Amino acid sequence: MLSRTAQIRLMSSHPEVYDPCDDSFALVDALLADRANLVEHHPSICMEVGCGSGYVITSLVLMLGEDSTGCHFIATDINPHAVGVTRKTMEAHGCHAELVTTDIASGLEMRLAGSVDVMVVNPPYVPTPEYEVGQFGIASAWAGGENGRSVIDKILPVADKLLSDKGWLYLVTLTANNPSEICLQMRKKGYASRIVLQRSTEEESLHIIKFWRDLDTQLEPPIPTITPNGSSGGNGFLGGGRNY
Amino acid sequence: MRLLTHNMLSSNIKGVTNGFPLLIEVEKVVEKQVDFNEDFLRNMFAKIEWKALVEASRTMGYTELPENSESSMLNSDEFLRKFHHALLELHLEEGALVCPETGRKFPVNKGIPNMLLHEDEV
Ligand SMILES: C[S@@+](CC[C@H](N)C(=O)[O-])C[C@H]1O[C@@H](n2cnc3c(N)ncnc32)[C@H](O)[C@@H]1O
Repeated sequence: MLSRTAQIRLMSSHPEVYDPCDDSFALVDALLADRANLVEHHPSICMEVGCGSGYVITSLVLMLGEDSTGCHFIATDINPHAVGVTRKTMEAHGCHAELVTTDIASGLEMRLAGSVDVMVVNPPYVPTPEYEVGQFGIASAWAGGENGRSVIDKILPVADKLLSDKGWLYLVTLTANNPSEICLQMRKKGYASRIVLQRSTEEESLHIIKFWRDLDTQLEPPIPTITPNGSSGGNGFLGGGRNY
Repeated sequence: MRLLTHNMLSSNIKGVTNGFPLLIEVEKVVEKQVDFNEDFLRNMFAKIEWKALVEASRTMGYTELPENSESSMLNSDEFLRKFHHALLELHLEEGALVCPETGRKFPVNKGIPNMLLHEDEV
């Protein structure tokens, strides 16, 4: 059977580029688990912000398989070496995404507004001193500033601008990023959310959160406590009317 | 870089109000064959700024696109083939994108545009 994810032996690397790691695998596993929904979603534009080695965007193209010919894939990274590595990784897998070296989606925001049907982001999320954020080189791959939120908090409004009415966002977060607060913030912008995968490694506890626009969500009164809603048996998380 | 991507990019320099479309400076164009998908083309047609695509494809040496377009043309197979070719198969491999307002050049190397700004442009 054809592989549905990128293969490690075909990955390129560079000393200043983030190699696929637990967080990358967790995001791809979450996408794979949601693959049937993604195929049915018929995205015409998929985008990754912060593509690093290209593991995630390559896997996304591969897992959509034949359906991927109906889709335009775009990946960005602020690190020019990372975009170069992604290019080689994609070539080695025989697939294609359009690549842009830029800060989040700068230069694409005006024309892509409201057009992205699927966005995937594994951001720099590690809590670090603020001055480490956005430095060139490998540190910018993980340095997330206070609570690891500096870059995440810049990406969320851009995602809101770019996502189409049916758009979905998959975001990797760490417990230290306060994922429930992120969900609440997105809820105010009209997004429902769900933790689609939770994984604890030796070093960190990762949550992959999926967001989608939900008209009912914005109208609901804000809930006073931020505890995950236990009645749904675990994964419920500030969900709205429809559930994906 | 496909012309579809060119059609989605605009100058991000602070203070620029007319940053679209970016002009193209061509050093090297490559053609890559892409699977034809009619539904995709129909979806993209609504999102494309036609004039910018026509101009861009001419700069790249392809002159087959009609000056004006309307959605009824999507019924023509010939039109769809040309649209497909211009949108997806012509790649700017080396060159630059130029801000129409300031003349600032964004380099394109190995097919990758670099839109990173200098500190005084943000
Ligand atoms: C944790 S790594 C993830 C890499 C890859 N997506 C993966 O999952 O293996 C985060 C990536 O985001 C990039 N990045 C950091 N800040 C960014 C920004 N402001 N805009 C775009 N990319 C950024 C880094 O260069 C790095 O490649």
